[in-house]
Amino acid sequence: MATTEIDIKYVAHLARLHLTPNEEKKLREQLGHILGYIEKLNELDVSQVEPTAHAVPMVNVTRPDEIRPSLSHDDALQNAPARANGLFIVPKIVE
Amino acid sequence: MLNQLTISGLTAKLFKREVSAREATQSCLHQIARVDGKIHAFISHDDSDALAQADAADKLLSEGNGAGRPLLGVPVAIKDVLAVKNQPLNCGSKILGKFISPYDATVVEKLKAAGAIVFGRLNMDEFAMGSSTENSAFGITRNPWDTERIPGGSSGGSAAAVVADECLAALGSDTGGSIRQPAALCGCVGLKPTYGRVSRYGLVAFASSLDQIGSFTKDVSDAATILSVIGGHDSRDSTSVPQPVPDYTVGLTGNIKGLKLGLPKEYMIGGLDPEVKAAVDAAVKQLQSLGAEIVEISLPRTDYAVATYYIIATAEASANLARFDGIRYGARVDGADPVELYSKTRGAGFGAEVKRRVILGTYVLSSGYYDAYYLRAQKVRTLIRNDFLMAFQSVDAIVTPTSPTAAFKIGERSDDPLQMYLSDIFTISCNLAGICGISIPCGFTKSPKLPIGLQLLGKPFEEETLLKIAHAYEQSTPWQREKPLL
Repeated sequence: MATTEIDIKYVAHLARLHLTPNEEKKLREQLGHILGYIEKLNELDVSQVEPTAHAVPMVNVTRPDEIRPSLSHDDALQNAPARANGLFIVPKIVE
Repeated sequence: MLNQLTISGLTAKLFKREVSAREATQSCLHQIARVDGKIHAFISHDDSDALAQADAADKLLSEGNGAGRPLLGVPVAIKDVLAVKNQPLNCGSKILGKFISPYDATVVEKLKAAGAIVFGRLNMDEFAMGSSTENSAFGITRNPWDTERIPGGSSGGSAAAVVADECLAALGSDTGGSIRQPAALCGCVGLKPTYGRVSRYGLVAFASSLDQIGSFTKDVSDAATILSVIGGHDSRDSTSVPQPVPDYTVGLTGNIKGLKLGLPKEYMIGGLDPEVKAAVDAAVKQLQSLGAEIVEISLPRTDYAVATYYIIATAEASANLARFDGIRYGARVDGADPVELYSKTRGAGFGAEVKRRVILGTYVLSSGYYDAYYLRAQKVRTLIRNDFLMAFQSVDAIVTPTSPTAAFKIGERSDDPLQMYLSDIFTISCNLAGICGISIPCGFTKSPKLPIGLQLLGKPFEEETLLKIAHAYEQSTPWQREKPLL
């Protein structure tokens, strides 16, 4: 991957992020540059290396599947941009 | 002036009833009124709430009920990335709109239980993404030592507030250096605990495998006090580690004879400002004169840390910031359908740096690129972590500069993202490896007079050793007594 050309429009759609044409242009340039720098990781031989997802030697931290108090209904709705009848109002999803 | 005291200095006076918590709080609020117009460390602060907390503290103090509350009556300010119940939570962004937090972060609960006066929303780079606090949607913060310069980032407000004596201490967060670097650039003590030492419940997540909450204080002893309060396992954070929390102030004896300090040869070359190098060299000699043994070590994969970080952190950020969609909280820009609503809300609500990182993070995780970028970066992360674990087999701590330069001018790097990223070179590996790190003042540049920071990196969960070394150095040098003229 020498000259890295990102399909910005496609990635912006995956990220649900609206970009202006100017922003797209600038990002394509800046990210191309950054990805060029990141290429240096290909210098290393990682064939025998395990990935580190996180630095703590803990796995499968669980708790009993019991109902515990959480935020009240009202607290959870208090910052809603639009609410009614104890529900978040959203645009129509299903026709 | 009470706002100029350290935590230990103030608590001594409070417990002897020489001064009141209200007086101490008022002293901080007066300082904010006097200097924050120039510095803008605070996005907001609720003075009447702070004074109400002070009055409650005074009641406990007068009843003699201060036991078990090591921070009783101490004003501590909070980076805008941590949840404080009934206070705004914006993470330096527009996208959270008028969000008021319905709950306290675990660290905030602990500070309150310890009697602290928890107040203020400190400025930061948006969603903790930045090294200069120039990416805030609420304006920039200025370095108290030279208001034409940045305070560092992303916890720039926290560092500036402590150095400007607007509070006795502050909390911040560190994902790639966001506590240590501003502490170095502003001239105070910045501690990033081992990953898992402090609960992240209530910390708005940037990169979940790298984020850690830590402190800004005027001296090392205060950092130890705060860590003893905020550390500990929390069942609400499944990455917090069930390791007991000692009293971190106990080991601050000043005796570091025989401790081995590693000097990584890869850190003392090119790009390092000559004045920074001179200050760090002098600090290393000082540590030697205190009885520490200096050992040259190698961290061979140092050169790959920034690249590794900017894949892993942006990937995790793209996932963590997906929740800001205008549906359940924050600002909303309407759309014809949900996807349009999300896109427009996020397009309007996120700043340029956040967009840059979300796009980069989405890209490196996307189908066809995941193996080449994200998986590879995670493997390099293993190599970087191994470098440190290897080094720690022969040394007790590692000593480095915190930042390659002192504070740069506002606007100097904001057009070149990669240049900005490279300024994190010394702090970034610590988060990738999950170890602990602290920055302490070790001198100043000549003209203009700007703070220089010394970084110490310690083994996982050995903050006691880290603090012991930092404390011994601090007590034998004059740097912490210097304050900017405001």
